[in-house]
Amino acid sequence: MTTVALKPATMAQALTRALRDAMTADPTVHVMGEDVGTLGGVFRVTDGLAKEFGEDRVTDTPLAEAGILGTAVGMAMYGLRPVVEMQFDAFAYPAFEQLISHVARMRNRTRGAMPLPITIRVPYGGGIGGVEHHSDSSEAYYMATPGLHVVTPATVADAYGLLRAAIASDDPVVFLEPKRLYWSKDTWNPEEPQGVEPIGRAVVRRTGRSATLITYGPSVPVCLEAAEAATAEGWDLEVVDLRSLVPFDDETVAASVRRTGRAVVVHESGSYGGPGGEIAARVTERCFHHLEAPVLRVAGFDIPYPPPMLERHHLPGVDRILDAVGRLQWEAEN
Amino acid sequence: MTVMEQRGAYRPTPPPAWQPRTDPAPLLPDALPYRVLGTDAAADVDPALLRRLYAELVRGRRYNTQATALTKQGRLAVYPSSTGQEACEVAAALVLEERDWLFPSYRDTLAAVARGLDPVQALTLLRGDWHTGYDPHEHRVAPLCTPLATQLPHAVGLAHAARLKGDDVVALALVGDGGTSEGDFHEALNFAAVWQAPVVFLVQNNGFAISVPLAKQTAAPSLAHKAVGYGMPGRLVDGNDAAAVHQVLTEAVAHARAGGGPTLVEAVTYRIDAHTNADDATRYRGEGEVETWRAHDPIALLEHELTERGLLDEDGIRAAQEAAEAMAADLRARMNQDPVLDPMDLFAHVYAEPTPQLREQQALLKAELAAEEEGAHR
Ligand SMILES: Cc1ncc(C[n+]2csc(CCOP(=O)(O)OP(=O)(O)O)c2C)c(N)n1
Repeated sequence: MTTVALKPATMAQALTRALRDAMTADPTVHVMGEDVGTLGGVFRVTDGLAKEFGEDRVTDTPLAEAGILGTAVGMAMYGLRPVVEMQFDAFAYPAFEQLISHVARMRNRTRGAMPLPITIRVPYGGGIGGVEHHSDSSEAYYMATPGLHVVTPATVADAYGLLRAAIASDDPVVFLEPKRLYWSKDTWNPEEPQGVEPIGRAVVRRTGRSATLITYGPSVPVCLEAAEAATAEGWDLEVVDLRSLVPFDDETVAASVRRTGRAVVVHESGSYGGPGGEIAARVTERCFHHLEAPVLRVAGFDIPYPPPMLERHHLPGVDRILDAVGRLQWEAEN
Repeated sequence: MTVMEQRGAYRPTPPPAWQPRTDPAPLLPDALPYRVLGTDAAADVDPALLRRLYAELVRGRRYNTQATALTKQGRLAVYPSSTGQEACEVAAALVLEERDWLFPSYRDTLAAVARGLDPVQALTLLRGDWHTGYDPHEHRVAPLCTPLATQLPHAVGLAHAARLKGDDVVALALVGDGGTSEGDFHEALNFAAVWQAPVVFLVQNNGFAISVPLAKQTAAPSLAHKAVGYGMPGRLVDGNDAAAVHQVLTEAVAHARAGGGPTLVEAVTYRIDAHTNADDATRYRGEGEVETWRAHDPIALLEHELTERGLLDEDGIRAAQEAAEAMAADLRARMNQDPVLDPMDLFAHVYAEPTPQLREQQALLKAELAAEEEGAHR
């Protein structure tokens, strides 16, 4: 029996590997964006790909996000599978017109005749000390647009599996990369990287009995840490990593909350009009009779993303999560 | 010495890739729109082509009047007529080979029909039974595009992809004068030139973007001049001269096909009808201006040329009109039938597989429809 070495790898490395494997497996996969070629992307996720696959398949485009996504639409119309990199969350906004008016709805407007298999990689979220416009959590905009899948990995293995699944999807996928997890390491077997279940399945990262933390992307490690810390106060927390925001895995989430009777949704983006409101409503609709307390949200403040020296006050951390968990003792207080 | 004083004296060595691509002079458009009809150049045009253009123009004009009439009968939600611009529409469709792609804007139904699209299916968007009524692959016509200029980068991407695959395919994209102010116009032209994509941009400068005249849209000497800054040729053509538009586009398409890269063509024309049937054009222009352009009507120009040269007589004119009338009658008859719609289609084409959330909503609508049906039978 051979034992496979599980070596530590970073999320960025797993993403690179996913791109390389996808390009090797399918000659129609093209990578394009600003600085993705010679430089390998500002986060080095496309490192080495231009050398390996050539400039025709790994293209440094002019600096124009609408143009990048708009030309990707035409390329997909002609049978290619473009993987587009948006350099930072807030710099994807110039491409929203193309995204919302065309990418998301080309299948629909052509009655299925013209699906667009485009993957849009967006490094998102804060925690890396980025200056203004480098730390937005823009997932609510994408979630609000029918026709897009929206996924975000929280582990090295998921980064690989989800990106492969996104590129293989015949529908456009917004692939949100939690940039503060790019350098997070996990033991991972780069010799035999595994895929994931189809897009749309959440996963229970930690089982527990007294409450569920529902979260995704950059907040998953924070929630796991909070769950460990909470044991000291007698809480046994379950942590659900959504992985996919669209489609939403109601089943896994509702099953968890029915078991625990309590839930907190945790994410970095603001709470007003944010993903947490939607998630809390869905949980309430499905689990009302099982709930011992209202579904709470721990989110970023409803402010433009703060300057780097203040961001630690904005980002939901362990303490804020534990406070919310404490408030789940609803009937005792009321 | 200040920096300003150094000017001219000091010039740093630019990085190696920093070289002007081309001498701008050959890229510049002529001062006046290129014309064929009524000039010596007309003698060189194949008479069969002139006759074909004429028949298509007459048919196109009839299509516009019929579709406008259908809005009055409530059969079309809205119709943006291209009356006056038929020469551009028809030439755009006719210069392309079957394997090429056309990227129309919302006003270019006629170009799509001239390319072979079923006249009824081309109106689906405007009737409102679905968004695109045809399979874009069938005639290689992209969906009629409502957000202005957003189809231009698609054309560039498609042409680029075709070239990467080694296919001999050209994309021709249509846009209005107003659309040239959009950011997507700029990004598309820039990408096309940098990638040397086999794409042709045809601006139909019909004078207005709804009510806003060209002078408030741009300060450029012409829209064709915009090409130069991107490093592609700009061509100015009389948009009411079908032979001239056909010739200029044919050259641009051949240039693209031969690997020469993109061209920006500005066709100077005029929108005779209002922006759409819902618009009141008297608020922003006088009838005198319209009359001037009526005198420069694309059909009249071509008819004059053909009859002068003995290539068309009364019978020929009547034959073209009868063919157009037959098309209109067929369009009328088919548009007067109520389309059969399946509400379940609402959920069918959002994703390859409906999400669980969509399945739930689909079940809700199904139940509502069943209840409606039951109520109707009670
Ligand atoms: C992005 C966008 N903004 C505004 C509109 C509304 N609109 C529809 S047509 C039009 C004018 C377009 O003028 P032009 O590009 O000259 O084309 P024309 O109508 O003359 O053919 C406007 C403003 C639109 N369709 N898309």
